[in-house]
Amino acid sequence: MIEIKNLHKSYKMGNNTLHVLKGINFNVEAGELVAIMGSSGSGKSTLLNILGMLDVLDEGSYTLDGVPIVNLNETKAAQYRNKFLGFVFQSFNLINYKNAMENVSLPLYYQGVGRKERQEKALKYLEQVGLKEWAGHLPSELSGGQKQRVAIARALAAEPKVLMADEPTGALDSKTSYEVMDLIQKINDAGNTILVVTHEPDIAAMCKRIVHLKDGVIVEDKKVDQVRASEYVQ
Amino acid sequence: MFSRDTWKEIFETIQKNKLRTFLSGFTVAIGIFIFVVLYGFGNGLTNTFNKFFGDDATNVLFIYPGRTSVPYAGYKANRRIEFDNSDLKDIEHNFAMFIDYVTPRINGSGMVKYKNESNGYRTRAVAPSHQYNEKTIMMKGRFLNDEDVKHKTKYAVIGRLVEEDLFGRENSIGEFIDITGSSYKVIGVFQDDGGDNEERMIYIPYTTKQLVDKNTDKIDQIVVGFKPQIGYSGAMSLEKSLEKYFKSKKFINPNDQNGIFINNVADNLKQNQQLASVLQLIVSFVALGTIIAGIIGISNIMVFVVKERTKELGVRKALGATPKSVISTILLESIFITTISGFFGMMMGVVLLSSMGEKLEDYFITDPYIDMGIAIFATILLIICGAIAGYVPARKAARIKPIVALRDE
Repeated sequence: MIEIKNLHKSYKMGNNTLHVLKGINFNVEAGELVAIMGSSGSGKSTLLNILGMLDVLDEGSYTLDGVPIVNLNETKAAQYRNKFLGFVFQSFNLINYKNAMENVSLPLYYQGVGRKERQEKALKYLEQVGLKEWAGHLPSELSGGQKQRVAIARALAAEPKVLMADEPTGALDSKTSYEVMDLIQKINDAGNTILVVTHEPDIAAMCKRIVHLKDGVIVEDKKVDQVRASEYVQ
Repeated sequence: MFSRDTWKEIFETIQKNKLRTFLSGFTVAIGIFIFVVLYGFGNGLTNTFNKFFGDDATNVLFIYPGRTSVPYAGYKANRRIEFDNSDLKDIEHNFAMFIDYVTPRINGSGMVKYKNESNGYRTRAVAPSHQYNEKTIMMKGRFLNDEDVKHKTKYAVIGRLVEEDLFGRENSIGEFIDITGSSYKVIGVFQDDGGDNEERMIYIPYTTKQLVDKNTDKIDQIVVGFKPQIGYSGAMSLEKSLEKYFKSKKFINPNDQNGIFINNVADNLKQNQQLASVLQLIVSFVALGTIIAGIIGISNIMVFVVKERTKELGVRKALGATPKSVISTILLESIFITTISGFFGMMMGVVLLSSMGEKLEDYFITDPYIDMGIAIFATILLIICGAIAGYVPARKAARIKPIVALRDE
């Protein structure tokens, strides 16, 4: 699904060049649930940005679902993001004047899906995350966990190839974190490919594979026995 | 870009951000409103000017006698210059090429009585052609004629308000009124666009006045109506040669500024029109300033709106919004709001102006109006500038990397 070869990325900071990613080789198969771990400054966010087409690589190659991601202009990148990727952010990033259903249907709007179909799909995905009754509520009327579930529904609505979650539990308490991870695991069980950036070992342990980044290189890449989040959820 | 979904999205955004919508709409509406009202007032001011100075004929010169200020030709200084009937004849004789008519004017004032009513009025003793230079309009009866002058008849032509004051609803024609002790027969009633003062005037033949004033032949001032064909420059040179003529006839030093005075209405009119257009220019300048202030206002709001929406736009971009759709969302929203509120402000201004009419006449503003073309042009200008002002930050926002926009606060 994702193929990265010899990826380099550096940033110019005044006169100095900061070499953030120093040759990453990394593959993700369809249906995997991968945790990208590392301390701050290890390059994990940069990697996710490049994978999410929010940033461009300096050297190396990136192929997503057989499509080489090169020379993207903003418009092309936006279309690819819409088609291939779903994002979940640490701070939810719901649009605060739109209710849950409208938020979920937004990626479909940019896909050019008709209004009726958008609403039906949005309700379907809200039901999947268990928030169908909350469809008409504004984000300000939802709890943190509910907001993140709406955000996940929104990321799913476009039916992306890969779901990218940047610290999805970073703003949540541990009980809510496990509920969200439970949901992510269930989505993965349904066959979706998911990348989770986290620095919390217990969250990483709920994934099927942990990639450890340190100083811009992968120091460890191992398959793990998944801890089911449902064990912690009553 | 113009699909129903796009508009639905825009309406939803407008509906759910009422303060933002109100602020930008209000700025535009108030800007256009003030522009329209100011510009209209400027036009009203010009109207007032034209009304003040447009009631009299413009092809007229007034000649007033003065006092000499330097000794000349054996006469000492400070000698009073006087005009008499011979001067009228001389002008008619020497300047026949250029002039339409000459009329003397002897001003007076005094108590005028009819039965039990009495009041003070100003009188003007004139020749029949005076009717042309004041554009006096007869309502009833007739104006003075040459026969009246020749026979020194005791006839009077009274203003509309004089008749109203003294006669109430009665007919004044053929009645006798008493003007400072002598009895005159009313032969006509006139009206004049020059205002109430002009309509409280009484005209009598100048020969009659001279007879009553101890049979003199003196004249207060001479009014010369010149042929309009000679134009502005012709009028100016006529003024010069009249001055020269009278200075030599009355033995006034050619350089003496005080012997006689000539007031050229054509010259005055030109000055007044210039003053009016300068006023209009100033008002237009202020109005333009309002429009610029409006543009700056809407630009500020657009910058603020884009700033406020940076995060939202980042989210939209992450969800697949192309830069084009981000820009068009912001622009269409801004154009929609400015168009609606701009035309609302414009209509309010136009309605206010047309409801004014004569109400502000005391403040020298008559019938304020604005050319619809100018009003619409200003509105469209503001809309376009608002769109440009929105486009710059919108393009910037569309270029920003979603990850930067989404960075945690």
